[in-house]
Amino acid sequence: MDQILVQTLHGVVNGMVLAMVASGLTLIFGIMDIVNFAHGDLLMLGAFVGASVLGVTGNYWLALLAAAVAIAILGAVLQVTTLRPLIGRDPLTTILATFGLSLVLQKYALWQWGPSVRRISEPVPGDFTLFHIQYPWYRVATAVLAGLILGGLWLFLKYGKYGIWIRATTQDRVMAQAMGIPVPLVYTAVFAIGSAMAAASGVLFGPFAGVTQTMGFDFTLRAFIVVVVGGMGNLGGSILASIFVSLLESYAAIIVSPAQAVIVSFIALVLTMLFRPTGLFVPTPK
Amino acid sequence: MLVLENVDAHYGKSHVLHGVSIEVRAGEVVGLLGRNGVGKTTTLKAIMGMARRTAGRITFEGRDLQGVPPHALAGLGIAWVPEERRIFRLLTVLENLRTGLDRSGITPARREALLEKVYAYFPILRERRNQPGGTLSGGEQQMLAIARAMVLEPKIILLDEPTEGLMPRMVAQIQEIVHALHRDGVAILLVEQNVPLTLDAAGRVYIMEKGAVRHHASSAELRADQRVIHEYLGV
Amino acid sequence: MSATPAARPGPPVVGYWIGFAVVVALLIIAPFVLPPFWQRFATEILIWGLLAMSSDILIGYTGMVSFGHSAFFGLGMYGAAAALLTVKPPSLGLAVLYGLVAAGVAAVFVAYFATRLREIYFSISTLVFSQIFYVIIFTWTEVTGGENGLTFSQPRLPLPGLSSDRFTPTTLHWFVLTVVVISYLLVRRITQSPFGKVLQSIRENEPRTRAIGYPVERYKMVAVMLSGLFAGLAGVLYAIQNKFAAPDFVFFVVSGEVIIFNVMGGMGTLVGPFAGAAFFLLLREGLSRFLTEYYLIPLGIIFIIMIIFLPQGLLGFLRRRLNA
Repeated sequence: MDQILVQTLHGVVNGMVLAMVASGLTLIFGIMDIVNFAHGDLLMLGAFVGASVLGVTGNYWLALLAAAVAIAILGAVLQVTTLRPLIGRDPLTTILATFGLSLVLQKYALWQWGPSVRRISEPVPGDFTLFHIQYPWYRVATAVLAGLILGGLWLFLKYGKYGIWIRATTQDRVMAQAMGIPVPLVYTAVFAIGSAMAAASGVLFGPFAGVTQTMGFDFTLRAFIVVVVGGMGNLGGSILASIFVSLLESYAAIIVSPAQAVIVSFIALVLTMLFRPTGLFVPTPK
Repeated sequence: MLVLENVDAHYGKSHVLHGVSIEVRAGEVVGLLGRNGVGKTTTLKAIMGMARRTAGRITFEGRDLQGVPPHALAGLGIAWVPEERRIFRLLTVLENLRTGLDRSGITPARREALLEKVYAYFPILRERRNQPGGTLSGGEQQMLAIARAMVLEPKIILLDEPTEGLMPRMVAQIQEIVHALHRDGVAILLVEQNVPLTLDAAGRVYIMEKGAVRHHASSAELRADQRVIHEYLGV
Repeated sequence: MSATPAARPGPPVVGYWIGFAVVVALLIIAPFVLPPFWQRFATEILIWGLLAMSSDILIGYTGMVSFGHSAFFGLGMYGAAAALLTVKPPSLGLAVLYGLVAAGVAAVFVAYFATRLREIYFSISTLVFSQIFYVIIFTWTEVTGGENGLTFSQPRLPLPGLSSDRFTPTTLHWFVLTVVVISYLLVRRITQSPFGKVLQSIRENEPRTRAIGYPVERYKMVAVMLSGLFAGLAGVLYAIQNKFAAPDFVFFVVSGEVIIFNVMGGMGTLVGPFAGAAFFLLLREGLSRFLTEYYLIPLGIIFIIMIIFLPQGLLGFLRRRLNA
C-alpha cells in the first residue's frame, strides 16, 4: 500500500516535470511543424548551466533563472541559424537537422563539462510524512513550481498580446502574416520559450538523478510519446497525458525494473495511435 | 496607388496569370469580375506575395512590393479579406480583432476608438465579442473578417468575394459597408461574381478571363451596354 | 493521364556502369593493397553501406523516415548469434537464415503498425519500436547477454567444390563484397521495376497515388519488409565479421547515423548511402585522431550544414539518372 502511495507521488511529480518538457515541444510543433529532436538536449544543457551557476552562487533560484535565460537565447540562435533556412522544406529535413543538433549539443556538453556527473542540490531540504511514508519536500516543491510555470504559460498564451499572436500564428500562419504579425519573429520566440521551459525542467529535475550528457534522450522520447498521446499541438492534452503516462510508468515500476517500465509508455503510445485515430491515421480510401 | 504591371504568376506548376495590369487609385473602389477560376483570387494572392510572380511589377504608392515580407504589407496599408474569410476559429471575436488592433504605434485611446467604430458598424460583433470565431455564422464571420481588416486602418482593402454564400439581407449589408468604407476614403479592390453589387459599388471594373484582363471600363459604360457582361460572365 | 509515374529520359549512361565496375574492382583488390586496419575498415564500410541502402528504400524511394533500422540490424546480428551459438558446427547458412528471419519478423511487426500512420507519427513509432527492442535485448540478460552482448566464433565458408575453410580477413571481405553487390543489384532491380515506380510516386505525392487506386498501405508494408530484410542481412554480416553481438547496435542512435549516411550520400540513389557511409566513417576516423570522442561536434555541424545547403547529398545529382 505504501509503495502504491510512493509511486503515485513519483508519478505525479515526474509527470509535472515531463509536462513542462512536453508543453514546450507541443508548442513548437503546433506552430511551426517542427519535431524538435534536440529538445531533451536543451533540457540537459539547462541542467548543466544550472549546476554551474549553482556551484558559483549557491543560489538555486538564480540557477533556475540563469539556465532558462541562457538556453532561451541558445534556442533562439539555433532556430535562426539552422531551422529558419529549412522553413517550407520537406518536414523530414527538420527532423534530421534537430537530430544533428542533438548529437552536437550532447558532445559539446561532454567537452564543456566533462564526463563526471554533476549534482544539483535540493532547494528545499527534508522530508514530509504522509501516512507511513516519508517523501522529500523538494520533489513536492518541484511539482508545485512546474505547475506554477505551466500556469504562467497558460495565462501568457490566453491573455497577453503576444499570446494572441502565438495562437493566431499557430492556427493560420498566412492570415496572421496578413494581419501584420511578424511570423518569423514569433517562430523564434516560441522556440526560445520552449527551450527555456526545457532548461527549467532540467534544473528542476537535477536533484532527482544528477546531471549527465545523456539525460536528455529519455525526456525527448517520453515527451514525444506524451505529445502524441495528448494530441499534437494540444497544450492541455499534453499536460494531462504527461501525468497519465508518468503514473503508468511509476506503477509499472512496482512490478518490473525501471528500465523496463518505459515499455509501458511505449504501449500507451501504440494503443493511442491504433485506437484514437483522431488525426493520427491516414484516412482509409473511399 | 496600387499598380500591377504586366504581372505573370504561377501557382505551383501552373501558369495562372498572364500579363495582368490593374490600377487602383487612392480612395477608389475598383471591381474585378470574372467567372470561377479565371484568376481573380490569384491576382489578390500575387499582391499579398502568396503566388509566385514570374514577370511584371507590383507597386504600392510607388514602392515595389518585390521582396517585401508578407507581414509588412499590413503596415504599408494593405489589408486582405480572403475568400474563405479565414477567421481564427479558436480565438474569440475580440481576440480576432486584437490581431489587428495590437499593432505597434497605436495608443490605447485610438484602439478603443477603432473598436467602438467597428462595433458601431457591426453590432452583432459586440454582442459576440467573447465567443470563439468558429461559432459564428457565415455572415457574421464575413463581418468579422471585414472588421478585422478595418482595424488595420488600411489605405486599401483587397476584398475577395464578400457576398459569396450569403443571404440577400446580408448581401445588402455588405453593400452598405462597401459604401461606408468608400466614404471613409478607403480604396477597395473588390473581387466578385455578383455583378449588380459590383457595378453599384465600383467606379471602374476590370473583367478577367483565363488569367488575363480582357476588358476594362467604367461601371456606367458596363451598365449601359450589357453585352460585355453577357459575353464574359454569361449573365 | 497515365497510371504510372512519368518516365524519365533514358537509362543511366554507360559511364555509370563503368564507374561501378571500377569501384567493385578496386574493392576486390583492396585486401592486397591496404594495410589490415584499412582493409577491415573497407569491409565495415560495405556493411554499413548495405544497412544505409536498406534505409534508402524507405527514405529515398518511399518517402518514409524510419528510425527503426537499428532494430532490424540488431536483430539480424542477434539472430546470427543465436544460430552460431546453438547449432554446432557453426553454419554460415543458418546464421544468415536465423538473422533474416529475426529481422523479417520484426519488419512485419513494424510494417503492420507503422504503415498505418502518416509521416511524423510513423517516424516516432519506428523510434519507439526500436527502443522497445533495445530495452528487451538489454534487460533479457539470460537470452541476449544483456549489456555485455554475446560472443561466438565465426562459421566456415562452405564453397561447393573448394575446401571449406575458416574465413581470412581477405576471404571475408570478398564474401561481404559479393553479398553487398548482389544485394545492391537486387534492390536496384526492384526499385527500377513497376513496384519501385509506385514507391517513388508514393514519395512524391501520396494522396494522388492513393486516389489513382494503388493500395498504398500494402506497398508501404512491402517496402518496410524489404528494407528490414536487407538491414538484417547487414546485421548478419556484421556479426560474422566481428564475432559479437551487442545491444549498442540496437540503440536508436545507430538508426540516426544510418540516416546521416543517407542524407550525406544522397537519398534515392542506392549508391549514395555507400558514399555517405564512407564519407562519414572516414571523417570520423580522421577527426577522432585529433579530437578523440569530440569528433561528433564538427561532424554534426557538417551534417547540419549539408542538410541546409546540400540537401541532395554527395551523389544526389545521380538521382534522376539512376531512376530512369
